[in-house]
Amino acid sequence: MGMTVVEKILARASGRQSVAAGETVEPAVDVAMSHENAALVINQFMEIYQGTGLEPKVWDPSRIAIIFDHRVPAESAKTATNQKKVREFVARQGITRFHDIRGDEGGICHQILAESGYVRPGFVVAGTDSHTTTHGALGAFALGIGATEMASVWALGLLLNVEVPATIKVVIDGRLGPYVGAKDLILHLIGRISAQGANFKVIEFHGETVRSLPTSGRLVLCNMSVEAGATSGIVPGDEETLRFLREEAGVRDGVHPVAPDPDAIYDRVVMIDASSLSPQIACPHAVDNVKPVESVRGVKVDQIVIGSCTNGRLEDLAAAAGILRKRKIARNVRMLVFPASWRIYREALRRGILADLMEAGAVIMNPGCGCCLGIHQGALADGDVALSTTNRNFLGRMGNPKAEIYLCSPEVAAASALTGVISDPRTGV
Amino acid sequence: MSGNANTGGAPAEYTVVMVLGDDVSTDAIYPGRFMATVLPSETPQYAFADHPEFRALIRDGKLPPRSVIVAGSNFGCGSSREQAVSCLRGHDLTVIARSFGRIFLQNAVNLGLRAVTCPGIEVQKGDRLEITADSVLDKTTGKRFAVQPLPPTKQAMMEAGGLIPYTRRRLLERR
Repeated sequence: MGMTVVEKILARASGRQSVAAGETVEPAVDVAMSHENAALVINQFMEIYQGTGLEPKVWDPSRIAIIFDHRVPAESAKTATNQKKVREFVARQGITRFHDIRGDEGGICHQILAESGYVRPGFVVAGTDSHTTTHGALGAFALGIGATEMASVWALGLLLNVEVPATIKVVIDGRLGPYVGAKDLILHLIGRISAQGANFKVIEFHGETVRSLPTSGRLVLCNMSVEAGATSGIVPGDEETLRFLREEAGVRDGVHPVAPDPDAIYDRVVMIDASSLSPQIACPHAVDNVKPVESVRGVKVDQIVIGSCTNGRLEDLAAAAGILRKRKIARNVRMLVFPASWRIYREALRRGILADLMEAGAVIMNPGCGCCLGIHQGALADGDVALSTTNRNFLGRMGNPKAEIYLCSPEVAAASALTGVISDPRTGV
Repeated sequence: MSGNANTGGAPAEYTVVMVLGDDVSTDAIYPGRFMATVLPSETPQYAFADHPEFRALIRDGKLPPRSVIVAGSNFGCGSSREQAVSCLRGHDLTVIARSFGRIFLQNAVNLGLRAVTCPGIEVQKGDRLEITADSVLDKTTGKRFAVQPLPPTKQAMMEAGGLIPYTRRRLLERR
């Protein structure tokens, strides 16, 4: 019987010939990622060893990655102390893939994993962050887990309870129109299948539109697959995956893409015609409350955010700068830009992208997650409306339950910054 | 699960203290701004921190033993933050939902929070419930709702007392 990409990956990682949706397997983990919540993972890890007489030692320090990104630099003594505790653990255990608060190698975990070449097609990637689904863009099975489950992975190198998910095949064909991109595709999909439409399932992306997307766009599709409830999003590895890993992630060793069998069994198939798509907006307070920009145009906004693990890549910043160059954002709008990593920050600086954004009135922040989940900078006032390229608009997400959040692409964010109201980038702003 | 432990007398009675809708996110259960607090012993104070109804229950001491939160579908969607489970566990709550987000349900099993999937559940605040392995009986209305059992591995983890003892056992077996 044919297998989907994820079934093939889980069969390999579990030492099996084949697996089928619904079975429970214990796959070996290739990359185990955490951020500041490693502080909790350490706590749970130590508890596992209590009373065993065994020395608490992680199963393989070379497969663990820890990246500080949620509150950087630390906003409080409590966070700083948590980070210190993690730093000491990392040194003690010999964990090498540690990205501290540094301008040379720091950034948001999901960007760091991709740009550092830590993820390959066919890998099992587990992360203590729900947006770990991002790494499916490189042909991996990548899922978010809790801190206690990560402690178990650190101890055993295995995920002890993976119920092989059924796979939804999403086929996207047609040429994207101007100012329409990966963010609009995924928002449209979530709106169509709902915030729980892929619960306990995997979304496997196919079609000519997906094949022609650069990895930066595929990362957006898989990043937000979790907003439809998906265990993982996945784009089967191809020539573009090889190009990205060689040219942008410095990978020199073998890369072996995994394709689905022609007779793989899918839960369902969803077809999307990209050519007819408008820029999409997720309206308050649900990611699946998605409307075309035409029906939301004119909503007044107070704060615009470009950045995060979803849309803080060089292409995103360049797209915004292309719209804002030699122009000014509206007087009554604050615009914050969070590049996804310091590598991206430096490249955007070198290309003059950051200067263009600043001269338009944007404030460039250091790479980090804080603003997206309301824990570090960029807080909203009571009654504020934010328009953001991030990934969640739940009530209170950005730290204030008396504010509203709309989600959009970098192009819509930039066009709206000029006018101070939600605007369509296609209509000559 | 623990609800079946009292085989001797009448089954224990639970009380519905709050009824919620669909898609309750972990941001709602445990707002991001408290995420620097990680220890299960410290998270309960921030449970539903922005939810006036739940805050009133805590303030007025109306969370007696065997309190139940009942929710619609996709409870615990969103972030993987484990605090969203440990904060409810700390109040000794049971959660019954039509369905759960995947990571939340796994975290609940890992930490031993009783999370009951009951696709047809429809009850009111204040109702008295009897919860068994296969059904939830609303003793106030007399209606009975079928429970979707946990898959065997999750069940085994719950019975082991959560993922920490379960992993500890596996670790010792390897020796």
